[in-house]
Amino acid sequence: MSYSQQELLISVVARMLGGLGHIAVGVSSPIPGSAALLTRELSGGRTRVSILGSRDNNSFTDGGVELFDCAAQGRVDAFFLSGGQIDGHGNVNLVGVGDYPTSDVRWSGCFGSAYLYLLVPRVILFRDEHTPRVLVRDVDFISAPGSSAPNTYRKGGPHALVTGKCLFLFDKDRKRFRLESVHPGHTVGEVTDATGFDFDLPDGGAEAVPETPPPSDDWLALLRGTVAGAVAETYPAFAATAFSNPPADTLSA
Amino acid sequence: MTQSDTIMSLDALVALVQDGDLVAVPRDGAPIAMAATRALIRKGARDLRLLTVPTSSVQADMLIGAGCIARIETAGVSLGELGQAPRFNKAVRAGDIAITDTTCPAVHAALQASEKGIPFMPLRGIIGSDLTRHRDDWRLIDNPFGEDDAILALPAIKPDVSLFHVPLADRDGNIWIGRDRELMMMAHASEKTIVTAERIQDQSLLADEQLAAGTVPALYVTAVAEAAFGCKPLGLAGHYEDDTEHLRTYAAMAKTDEGFAEYLDQYVFDRVAAAE
Repeated sequence: MSYSQQELLISVVARMLGGLGHIAVGVSSPIPGSAALLTRELSGGRTRVSILGSRDNNSFTDGGVELFDCAAQGRVDAFFLSGGQIDGHGNVNLVGVGDYPTSDVRWSGCFGSAYLYLLVPRVILFRDEHTPRVLVRDVDFISAPGSSAPNTYRKGGPHALVTGKCLFLFDKDRKRFRLESVHPGHTVGEVTDATGFDFDLPDGGAEAVPETPPPSDDWLALLRGTVAGAVAETYPAFAATAFSNPPADTLSA
Repeated sequence: MTQSDTIMSLDALVALVQDGDLVAVPRDGAPIAMAATRALIRKGARDLRLLTVPTSSVQADMLIGAGCIARIETAGVSLGELGQAPRFNKAVRAGDIAITDTTCPAVHAALQASEKGIPFMPLRGIIGSDLTRHRDDWRLIDNPFGEDDAILALPAIKPDVSLFHVPLADRDGNIWIGRDRELMMMAHASEKTIVTAERIQDQSLLADEQLAAGTVPALYVTAVAEAAFGCKPLGLAGHYEDDTEHLRTYAAMAKTDEGFAEYLDQYVFDRVAAAE
């Protein structure tokens, strides 16, 4: 079955979420949100999902405080961060480019990143744009650090980085990314050229990097049905275009 | 305070905000007092210090563009699916407003300290973020009950005013917040709490056990003004949705100084409508 780029990326993220108990999703994260909802469907409802900004897919009753309290207690297994810049050490910048605070480019701000990156065991970095301006050697501002000194209280951190071209996994000991797979239609050489930081290759080098497998027909059917409908509540603009065959009720949302 | 003191008009309500005040406002998804925000702009509020609890969108962007804000403490200002917040970004880059960057739970913790009447609150995480390099008001302390365990201490924040909208209030000045519990925290932590309400009912919210659990008692509430559709163009959960079409118009017009001025004329000062 043919699939959209968004459906591919959703499936890449979802493969890293199987079996988790509670997945939380921040604001402006439609692809991670879709992956979390797909995981919930596949788990028969055993995986809990909390999407910020959603009423239907968020059971918190203690306001905006609850996600953060939950995370510090170890009740959140996975979360997602993006970044205006992401560097090879897993540092994330959501603040801006240039001298702080009157930056040349200013983004929205750190949101919960500085906190959740240290407290949620599995944080998946997601950024569709894979260019040297996004994937830099060193970020201009560390909103959230990829690693910490050994005596720092830290229960989590970067697990993977998903881009429009490939999947990197983060090696916590080496504090570096390793190229895990390259999406269909892209090459290792292209990924290297588009990445501003150095990264590791598997044993066997570039030739040994596999192609990212496509989403299965079963997953695509779930995505275009239940998941598309649920995502539309929080991300109507995304749901209307992301799925190759969106259901009629999504198109009209 | 008697009920006649607490219930007032929208203009009287925003008159309680003084130039230079530290004003706390809630995140999107919680009810944002947009009608009151427009009234603040019309009254010519100046030099406000805005605390977003912990983030904001069109409300902060509009107040900044209208020149009401001298300083902002925020974990993030963006228009969500509609992209970056243009007035906020421009003002920060130009140095027109001072910015104190923070992270969501740090705002909550600092307000919780105020709520409890204690000078600071410790919080996990954050260590190693560049936020700590730029926050000379934050302190890294030793966990007094642990060993070699550094933890961040955040000073209490006590806003002069908290401003938000609620679905329901009563004549006594009790306000119903439901599951948006950070509004309770904001009211507890602030010197003054001023609120617009979708509807004001005669019967006391405290007379109904189910409503009482989601109610901030009038003890903490300085003023309530009735404002139907008071969140528009933002939505109010369970009542009305975001007006996405209008928010798109805002996002497009706010990209330029001229466009933003035109937006204010048309939708805040209503000059276009008045001339017709």
